[in-house]
Amino acid sequence: MSTSFWVNGVQQTVDVDPSKPLLWVIREQLGLTGTKFGCGIAQCGACTVQIDGQAMRSCITPVSAVEGRQVTTIEGLAPAEGELHPLQQAWIEHQVPQCGYCQSGQLMSASALLANNPNPTDAEIDAAMQGNICRCGMYGRIKEAIKSTNVASSSDEKLFYSVAGVNHG
Amino acid sequence: MGKWTRRAFLTTGIVAGGGVIIGVAMRPGNQVKGLAAKMGEAGEGLIHTYVKIDADNVITAIIPHSEMGQGVQTSLGQMLAEELDADWDQLKTEEAPAIGEYASYSAGRRYLFAGIDFPDFAIPTVDGAMMKVADTLNLQITGGSMSVRTTGILAMRIAGAATREMLQQAAAESWGVPVAEVVTENSHLIHAASNRREPYANFAAVVAEMTPSQTPSFKDPADYKIVGTHKPRRDIPAKVDGSVKFALDVRLPNMLYASVVRSPVPGGSVVSVDDSAARAIDGVVDVVVIPAASVNNMLGETLSTESVAVVADSYWTANRAVQALNVQWSETGNEGVSSDAIFAQFDSDITAGTERQTDRVQGDAESAFATAAKVIDADYHVPFLAHTCMEPLNATADVRDGRAEIWVGCQNPLGFRRDVATTLGMDPENVTLHNHAMGGGFGRKARPDYAMQVAYLAREVGRPVQLIWSREEDVRQDFYRPAVQSRFRAAFDADNNLLAWENTYTNKNEPIEAPLIPYAVASQDIGYVSSPVHIPFGAWRSVDHSQHGFFTESFIDEAANAAGKDGFEFRAELLQDSPRHLAVLTKAAEEAQWNRPLPEGRGRGISLQESFGSLVAQVVEVTVVNGEVSVDRVVAVIDPGLAVAPDGIAAQLESGVIYGLTAALHGAITIENGAVAQSNFHDYQAVRMNEAPNIETHVINSGHDIGGAGEPGTPGIAPALVNAVFDATGIRVRQLPLDRFDLNITVEETGEVA
Repeated sequence: MSTSFWVNGVQQTVDVDPSKPLLWVIREQLGLTGTKFGCGIAQCGACTVQIDGQAMRSCITPVSAVEGRQVTTIEGLAPAEGELHPLQQAWIEHQVPQCGYCQSGQLMSASALLANNPNPTDAEIDAAMQGNICRCGMYGRIKEAIKSTNVASSSDEKLFYSVAGVNHG
Repeated sequence: MGKWTRRAFLTTGIVAGGGVIIGVAMRPGNQVKGLAAKMGEAGEGLIHTYVKIDADNVITAIIPHSEMGQGVQTSLGQMLAEELDADWDQLKTEEAPAIGEYASYSAGRRYLFAGIDFPDFAIPTVDGAMMKVADTLNLQITGGSMSVRTTGILAMRIAGAATREMLQQAAAESWGVPVAEVVTENSHLIHAASNRREPYANFAAVVAEMTPSQTPSFKDPADYKIVGTHKPRRDIPAKVDGSVKFALDVRLPNMLYASVVRSPVPGGSVVSVDDSAARAIDGVVDVVVIPAASVNNMLGETLSTESVAVVADSYWTANRAVQALNVQWSETGNEGVSSDAIFAQFDSDITAGTERQTDRVQGDAESAFATAAKVIDADYHVPFLAHTCMEPLNATADVRDGRAEIWVGCQNPLGFRRDVATTLGMDPENVTLHNHAMGGGFGRKARPDYAMQVAYLAREVGRPVQLIWSREEDVRQDFYRPAVQSRFRAAFDADNNLLAWENTYTNKNEPIEAPLIPYAVASQDIGYVSSPVHIPFGAWRSVDHSQHGFFTESFIDEAANAAGKDGFEFRAELLQDSPRHLAVLTKAAEEAQWNRPLPEGRGRGISLQESFGSLVAQVVEVTVVNGEVSVDRVVAVIDPGLAVAPDGIAAQLESGVIYGLTAALHGAITIENGAVAQSNFHDYQAVRMNEAPNIETHVINSGHDIGGAGEPGTPGIAPALVNAVFDATGIRVRQLPLDRFDLNITVEETGEVA
């Protein structure tokens, strides 16, 4: 059964099981490996792509769900060949990545946030980014990089974050 | 195995595209029977090389370490470029191949002969001997926070300086001028009096025929232009556009995908497999039982226990099919073991003290406790921890025609190559290993089990196979930071002076100094008992420091409290003869405004930890509301001797803090019915952005020997955190993780036994 959708502006038609997650279609059928596998259950955000501009976890999104829709991956984030998205530039300036494995997902979440909310508060950044785990722990740099593209916010604003109690049973 | 000669490099990919390799000489050293055959032709010294100079004057630093986010390609490149006076903007870095010539010889000199000053003439011999040992042991390790302080100090810096000296000599001879008048700058040789300026490349061919010095003269650190300055990391641009290729991103023609499962109870083997449901899934190619295999090296044994893999045309298919397998695993005898049982065992083993070994005994602890005015005691516990690298374990292999090729991200490429060869019954010369950037390592990717599995699979299937562990397998089949219990007693005199420190803990690993304290306590008795468990051990970022930092820096806080003293002041008084420690601690207290009053419900805690050659002090501020802890601020000060890459050090500190904070707040692998109970990030939580504190980092360049960076930030966060919680609440947390601790109940601070 074939599914047609747009990836980074190019129409793609794949003939796969419609329940196959978009993540694996992108990586295996389309050969775009910038989108990463991290957990398979939408807990870590490494697989984040944008679907019609919204950040989504591709590891739990069946390919059938994107029929006719616009998918953007990290390979399509920059506005043009040889250019960088302002966030990618900020990521380099703030030396954000360590291992780099989560960064495609971080950038796709952050760019979706800014596209919808150009001047997010710290709390709004936290809310938009808390689905993306970085085991290298570069959260401070990620936040600063996002804020550096956001002229309206004060970079020395400091909020206190609550530790949500997690019940492990 | 090839011979250790300069020619060996001509057969590797490094010289592809031209350029001249400049070597660093080593003499063969002691002739050991059986190794003599590996030596070069008579009179030819060993050549260990890190420098390539191309015809267009581009210099390549060849780095024998793996990149997992720590920026080692950049920091080691800086060390070489500094001594070479290379043009940083034109310098390339490249990871060394997994061949014996790039074995971790410098670690041997650094650790086996620590503190020994060899005469200059002996160093090439010592390094030659170390080289043979490292190659024989297949060590090409990235870990132990040691890349800069071993390879950087003993290899890259020497290679840079020796090459610069040879270039100066070659230019002086060519120009007919005194060598002392030839200066170097930005990859050029300059003779001011005759107005000459030529690129290094013009002399590279001549230099390649010269014998390099192993004892060149180094720059005065005051003259450094590259080391100690911020150089953007070379690996970052490819990490913002998705173009960096992790092992997971390898694509080979005709490649299949595989997923794998092992016995939930460690050590179980396959009794039977019903794979009918799995094979019925469209796209499944094969179901393969991978036999157990064991490899052993200096790092210890790695047992890759029996596993069942499904090979399919898609990873999604393979992993669904693994879940459809019905595997009966053998009984191991550990099916009744739980975390509670393990801790009960630890407790009784500590109490029994059978065959207690000691790390440090000084003074007379026994009489100090007998005559003390006050004694406090406490028991601390930490659970098992998994590594959960962002990139799940994976590797790709192609095995045919008596040769194997493997693509993997690992912390010991040479060792993995040997271990894959062992698994396949091949000569390592017939195994080519391509090491990729790792999506996290943290110690887990020093264990080769996943590479051994895929090598076997690829040979069985006869096609290239990419094996990807599910996150569930990654969490359940780790080599874990061990669960540990640690029991303390402290004795005070009537003036509240700390007289004696007694500590017994379970199961020692390394570094051996991890349980020691830097404080001037006259009587100390620190030791351990063995209390074996069936959960496999692995090095986890900072290894034994990860638990002992928490134990010792929490209990010293209890001691301060028992003495009625401030945690900073109490430590400082005990560090009067340790000025370096005191400076780091004091700097942290100053930067954190230690004495500034905090409002109700907030607290501040401090810790000090020496590990991997660096000192780190941390101050944590928390807010506790209704038993919920917010980590507001972390001030972290490191004295690494010299920060080669200052922003890299800061990034490693930030990273180490968050990694340790994840463990302190949430990290718990628990054992139920002999098996790991957790499976993924929903029940093995990581700190996320909304929980991440502001981290302020400060570096003290004290000028002492260069220390490590990757691990020292991790041990001190948990004790500083619980000390801050105590400051805020009066509740002493002696058991991690914090999120399993009910801060709404009142507990006794310290149990007085005398």
